[in-house]
Amino acid sequence: MRTFLSRYGLILVLLILPVAYGIHDLQVDGNLTRLGENLKDGISNGAIWALVAIGYTLVYGIIELINFAHGDVFMIGSFVSFSFWSTLGLTLTSKGFGLFFGLLITLVIAMLACGTLNVLIERVAYRPLRNAPKLAPLITAVGFSFILQNVGLEWFGGSQRGVDDLINAQKTFTTIGGVTITHADVLAVAVTAPLVALLAWFVTSTRLGKAMRATAQEPEAARLMGVNVDTTISLTFLLGGIMAGAAGLIYALYQTTIWFFQGFQAGLIAFTAAVMGGIGNIQGAVLGGLIIGCIQQISDNRIGGEWTPAIVFAYLVLIMVFRPQGLLGEETREAG
Amino acid sequence: MSAIAAGLRDSRERFNQLPRRTIWAIGAVVLVLLILLPFAYQPASGFIDDCVTALAYVVMALGLNIVVGFAGLLDLGYVAFYAIGAYVIGWYGSGFFASINGSKGFHFVAESASHLPGIHINFLFILVIAALFAALAGTVIGLPTLRLRGDYIAIVTLAFGEITRVFAVNGTDIHPFGKNYPLTLGRQGITPIDPIDLPGLKAFDPLNLRPWYWFGLALVLLVLFVNFRLRDSRLGRAWIALREDEVAAASMGVPLVKTKLMAYATGAAFGGMAGAFLASYQNTVNADQFEFSFSIFVLAMVILGGLGSIWGVVLGAVALSFINSRLIPDVLNGVPHKIGLNFDLTELSFGIFGFLLVIMMVLKPEGLLPERRRQIEFEEGVGADEALYEARA
Repeated sequence: MRTFLSRYGLILVLLILPVAYGIHDLQVDGNLTRLGENLKDGISNGAIWALVAIGYTLVYGIIELINFAHGDVFMIGSFVSFSFWSTLGLTLTSKGFGLFFGLLITLVIAMLACGTLNVLIERVAYRPLRNAPKLAPLITAVGFSFILQNVGLEWFGGSQRGVDDLINAQKTFTTIGGVTITHADVLAVAVTAPLVALLAWFVTSTRLGKAMRATAQEPEAARLMGVNVDTTISLTFLLGGIMAGAAGLIYALYQTTIWFFQGFQAGLIAFTAAVMGGIGNIQGAVLGGLIIGCIQQISDNRIGGEWTPAIVFAYLVLIMVFRPQGLLGEETREAG
Repeated sequence: MSAIAAGLRDSRERFNQLPRRTIWAIGAVVLVLLILLPFAYQPASGFIDDCVTALAYVVMALGLNIVVGFAGLLDLGYVAFYAIGAYVIGWYGSGFFASINGSKGFHFVAESASHLPGIHINFLFILVIAALFAALAGTVIGLPTLRLRGDYIAIVTLAFGEITRVFAVNGTDIHPFGKNYPLTLGRQGITPIDPIDLPGLKAFDPLNLRPWYWFGLALVLLVLFVNFRLRDSRLGRAWIALREDEVAAASMGVPLVKTKLMAYATGAAFGGMAGAFLASYQNTVNADQFEFSFSIFVLAMVILGGLGSIWGVVLGAVALSFINSRLIPDVLNGVPHKIGLNFDLTELSFGIFGFLLVIMMVLKPEGLLPERRRQIEFEEGVGADEALYEARA
């Protein structure tokens, strides 16, 4: 019973919401379209969370720090994207190749900006504290989170700001089995999937990726084997920031509003996703992001958006109780 | 900055070498000065107002210090206990339950409110109830974290803090006390709250802040006393043993479950007391007060002062609460205009606060007045901290 619970308990818990509402839908509507819509929204939304969660999981995997500033780096990504595409002159009338090319440049700029920002934060706020107690970098992370939020506040003001709906986000792209797939959904998945694949390839198959994995396992031994630990950590932050920048652009196009406080909630959700998948594990972060996205959409649609944070965090607590190492996490070396 | 820190340490060492009697005498003089302080200002002056808030923060920071500083359990959801303490007085010390007892109200040693509807229990009892409720909540939050270590505890406590906030904000939609009464009044806030009404004295007046100050000071002294006694007790030594090495502590016979839960409960109780006091002082219980950033604010006080160091935490709490209430809005606000820039610095207060946290941590990660044990670890490079906050699942 105990092993059963620890092995499948989390999966059972995760299935509660979709199964309960699936049965409800079958009884009321006679089909699963509504649940399908929820899950579809969940996956495209979850793709954004997955990109942010990767940043958390990479950083935690390598220096065991909850990078509280990461959500705000994502927010800066949205702001940079909006500012840049406005400068480029992309408007509602932009179409076809111009729009595609413009957004591609914006994506690259947002990714580079966030990557650089993340590296700078590491350099200023975390590296000097490498040998300090674990709590010290946590506090500087929170400090930087506040600083970035204030930058966002000065940049676009305190209220939510609507941005141009460049891609016609809610327009139907295609319909599968009664479930409408919009432009926004296509965008989220089409940007996220190649990025994640590229990252996974980078980490598993390149020399630098090998250095990252070695540093994550045992920094001291990696250093003795000739890995430049400082550079590797900077690289990790760069990759995390790049993913957050991409997520920032998708978010701005998907939601068509940006807000200086968006990073806080997104950060907590993405962190939950990273923990759910098994922190330090990239596939886990993606899986966790998608699952959290689905939970969130089901809760927004059926229970009420104001309760969603409580439900997501209740799931977080349940994960911690049933399976602290997460869905895909292995028993870590320190497990005792 | 580091010169200040070195000076602080020097003077501290010199202070510790003084004879015991001199230290007591200095302490007594400082205490008398603190008691007389309000007479130097108008009864409703802004400075006394900031002092009262600072005193409440000191109580909270001392509570959090038990959990984080003594027992080494990183708690990022401390605001939950502030919320619980505040809601205890919101429920049992205001007109919230307006139609109870045929709209005549229920009163318990509450002279000044005896004609008002709603439940009105004397503040001293409220303080006890708030401490008990918060301690209970602390135990409940502690339970799922027992198997976890390090950062994972931080995440679970953070989750509970946010869940508490969501319930506080959306409490208007749930009715656990019967149809007429929601759980909370959300962002609208429960107001007015009974002022402190001590037996034999008049109820505290919002226009004369001196009694509030003295009450806060008395509360701080009480909590300080309890803190020192706890630290030097069997339980306190068990906490520190747990912080230094959980496995070693367990094999020496320290009961892990009981010790951890006691740390959560005690820390939470102080948070609840401070919450009830602040709610009464601010005359409202509003869900917007219970943001995650407040947990971080209190944690920053503890870390700034020095984890586990009681006097350090007091210093950290006073410093941060005055930076927040005085330095940024009043003193620094004129600076941009003087150097010819035109913007409002209060808008930047959180950014400045974040900047201070970063600077402080980079320059002096062990805090302003580090606990002696930790200072030795820092100076001799004993790597005890590494094992301390290592994440294990």
